[in-house]
Amino acid sequence: MEEPCLIEKSELNRLIERLIREGFLVLGPRVEDSAILYCEIQSMRDLPRGYRDTQEPGKYRVAESNGENYFEFNLGPHSWKQFLFPPKQSVSSCKKTDNGWEFTTNVDSPPKFAFLGVRACELAAIEVQDRVFLEGPFVDPVYQARRESTFIIAVNCTVAASTCFCTSMGTGPKCKSAFDLALTELDDGFVVEVGTTRGRSMISDLNIRKIDREHASDSQLLQQRACDQITKRMDTSGIRNLLLENLDHPHWDDVAKRCLSCTNCTMVCPTCFCSSVTEVSNLSGDQIERERQWDSCFNVDFSYTASGTVRDDVRSRYRQWLTHKLASWHDQFDSSGCVGCGRCITWCPVGIDLTAEVAAIRNTPFSNRTLPVIQPVSKAACAFPKDFKP
Amino acid sequence: MNAKPDLTKARRSSEPWHTFPVTIRRVCAEAPNVMTYDFEFDNHSDAQQYAFSPGQFNMLYVPGAGEAAISIAGRTNEGRFLKHTIRTVGVVTQAIAKGGVGMSLGLRGPFGTSWPVDFFSHQLKRDVIVVAGGIGLAPLRSLVLFLIQHREKVGSVRLLIGARSPEDVVYESELHEWSENGVEIHVTVDRPSLNWRGQVGVVTLLLGRIAIPRPQSTLVMTCGPEVMMRYVAKSAMDRKIPTENVWLTLERNMNCAIGLCGHCQLGPKFICKDGPVFRYDYVRDLLRVQHF
Repeated sequence: MEEPCLIEKSELNRLIERLIREGFLVLGPRVEDSAILYCEIQSMRDLPRGYRDTQEPGKYRVAESNGENYFEFNLGPHSWKQFLFPPKQSVSSCKKTDNGWEFTTNVDSPPKFAFLGVRACELAAIEVQDRVFLEGPFVDPVYQARRESTFIIAVNCTVAASTCFCTSMGTGPKCKSAFDLALTELDDGFVVEVGTTRGRSMISDLNIRKIDREHASDSQLLQQRACDQITKRMDTSGIRNLLLENLDHPHWDDVAKRCLSCTNCTMVCPTCFCSSVTEVSNLSGDQIERERQWDSCFNVDFSYTASGTVRDDVRSRYRQWLTHKLASWHDQFDSSGCVGCGRCITWCPVGIDLTAEVAAIRNTPFSNRTLPVIQPVSKAACAFPKDFKP
Repeated sequence: MNAKPDLTKARRSSEPWHTFPVTIRRVCAEAPNVMTYDFEFDNHSDAQQYAFSPGQFNMLYVPGAGEAAISIAGRTNEGRFLKHTIRTVGVVTQAIAKGGVGMSLGLRGPFGTSWPVDFFSHQLKRDVIVVAGGIGLAPLRSLVLFLIQHREKVGSVRLLIGARSPEDVVYESELHEWSENGVEIHVTVDRPSLNWRGQVGVVTLLLGRIAIPRPQSTLVMTCGPEVMMRYVAKSAMDRKIPTENVWLTLERNMNCAIGLCGHCQLGPKFICKDGPVFRYDYVRDLLRVQHF
């Protein structure tokens, strides 16, 4: 990677203009509905300059401060997931003809996205979803079409919320890779790191200065400040086995007493990927869209078999979410499903904090522990000869 | 990771939502509320291209009602139609039952893993015990046909069928033919009718009774209610059949069938793509956990 450089703050406007000129839909943080949301951005004026947020379990507030910075806040309820994996998206449609039904797979042409202000934990979250949607045996065409063209301008955190724990998950606060450009906001400019050749060419017509030692050290100090402000910790050592061998731990009952099963945590989570396809029909019933919508493992009817609902109590639904996120995700996708963004803590209406729940399980040994044996199924052992026609 | 993911790796089935138009050509009543439907692909090219392995499933789609994951029972004798045996329970299966012959619908598939036939070889000639509970015989039907077709690769083939009552036994008309082709068939029912002369009791009892001369080289493949399959596995262990020789197939509400929607998870397994056919010891511990 090449040496970082420095740009005046106003140069960011020129970068936004250029992206718009090149056909990108620029999305970035903006104060809307008393929260910092990710919306369309036309210029730097739209950014939450001087706004700060405070976050606690079950609490989120945004207020103007006397600061002048554009990115001195942490994550709101939105994540970039909503653009790459839309909350509602038609996947196929069908039309009644004289000879039966005609089926079409919907290949939409989404706008080219430019994400401005992607934090380190969010880069990690995008990476997690890339594994889910692009690297399995099946590729999700909806995600793929959006992800391919997305331009990413990351921003290094210079402050942290009380709910942040990226340092525990090894995802932040510094943006290390997976961006086209990464910014660190100083009082008098942005330090710009270039991650790709596409990023390099996008800043080719900006007024770029060489970075001097003072700017370099300021940038370091600010990033260290964010790091120092992170107080929440989650001990992830052996976490997969810890959770899977404690599936009958009494603490799940304790969480179940507090959890409302409201699905908020799964909606704000930047990696949760569950969905359901529903039928959307016109009045005459001859034109139907199959619409995929976000779903949640906290919904009672989320999983069922011929003999009924699989997880009919809150205990088993919370356990499903947490063990999937922190344990079985490792089996499925070779990484944790948690990036330490803390959204599920902030947006839980009763302030359930997953780091505290994991700690409670870790700290109260349960006598009846057994680690289930889970081995990968060998695909080779299951393959039938291709020429077989019964 | 790169800012731009390497999409050359993103090969594979890029159109997981592709739906084939099919038409129901024949309906055959199997048991109360259970029918076998013969589906024909509307497009000849789809029929040519479509190939499945026994144990896999299709998503049957009734526009307006939705999709249901249904195991593939095989093809008709002449190979022209695809068979699905379906119990009428939900919105989709009710719509299919109501539609009947001539109904036009959609089909996505095939999906999932299949029965492990790599274990069959001329040298080993393993014995096979197929255990079906009620309509659980459906995903085993094409396996039985495979075993008949590859008789030289297997030792003895036994089919144990458990049903609630005599009228709940599916594929009755075919059983005779299978038995003529060397499949030893035992049927047991929970509730006998007046003229029933066969066995009475749960299917696991049959497994306890039959001779198993070579347990180490005997394979058990089962489909039925989860409880039944767990007892089948237990009986197999009791008869000294190694756990790795026992295979079963699981169900849960598959919604996308491609491992992306999350509905059918059982711990770390996506039943749609890691299953539905599993080696028993790979899921045994997961099945033990209540509400998991």
